[in-house]
Amino acid sequence: MHRLPQSTRRHFLGLAGGAAVAGAVPIVTLRPAESTPAMLASAINNVTQGVLVRTGKVKLDVPPLVENGNTVPMTVSVDNPMTAENHVRSIHVFNEKNPQPNVGNFHLGPLAGRAQVSTRIRLADSQKIVAIAKLSDGSFWSASIDIIVTLAACTEEVI
Amino acid sequence: MPSALINVPAKAKRGDIIEIKTLMSHIMETGYRHMASGEIVPRDIITSFTCRYNGSEIFRADLFPAIAANPFIAFFTTATASGKFEFEWIGDNGFSETASASITVE
Repeated sequence: MHRLPQSTRRHFLGLAGGAAVAGAVPIVTLRPAESTPAMLASAINNVTQGVLVRTGKVKLDVPPLVENGNTVPMTVSVDNPMTAENHVRSIHVFNEKNPQPNVGNFHLGPLAGRAQVSTRIRLADSQKIVAIAKLSDGSFWSASIDIIVTLAACTEEVI
Repeated sequence: MPSALINVPAKAKRGDIIEIKTLMSHIMETGYRHMASGEIVPRDIITSFTCRYNGSEIFRADLFPAIAANPFIAFFTTATASGKFEFEWIGDNGFSETASASITVE
């Protein structure tokens, strides 16, 4: 090993400090991915293409306090008739703080009879869930709900 | 081994609105979890679910990692004619499963 002639204590401390800073950067980037409200807004915009989303018609049924974020029962229903001229075309569900803003897209038709879908979802944190319904006339309606989650999904380690 | 559970009423009156419940056994690995060694567990989810009623599509869903393991999906349809419901799940790593159920409409 070649030893630098001016290898002083100050020089060593400078190097050590630099290494610490360099080491700190990957720690920041290793934070678990989390979708931001901006991602939520852009995911919603992908569906609505900028059309105004009105509040109402949609009912989002999720327990307000969830113990286990790994399976959260969710029911979305839309108060709208299901006829050939006037029906719910699709229901889109979004979240605020999971790594991805999308939860699911459900495509219905006039024969569905009732615009209602149930499933079970994962929630990585206490957060807001948004459901948007697209009607056959091109309008969008939404509902949102705030949910408290005590045990989060997605973050646990696999042994 | 049947990995799908389907619940469709065996009989219905014409014009009745019936509920269809489906459950598919699947791990739905999100792709966001780490092993103890730090490696990411690769994503393995069902991405699409379709239901056809006598050949025509009546319901379709795009699924994301935020859908819980063993995806349960329940929806409604109008009983129009006797026949068959066909269900199809498609996912990562070439996952593809089908199931069917028949209904008698009076």
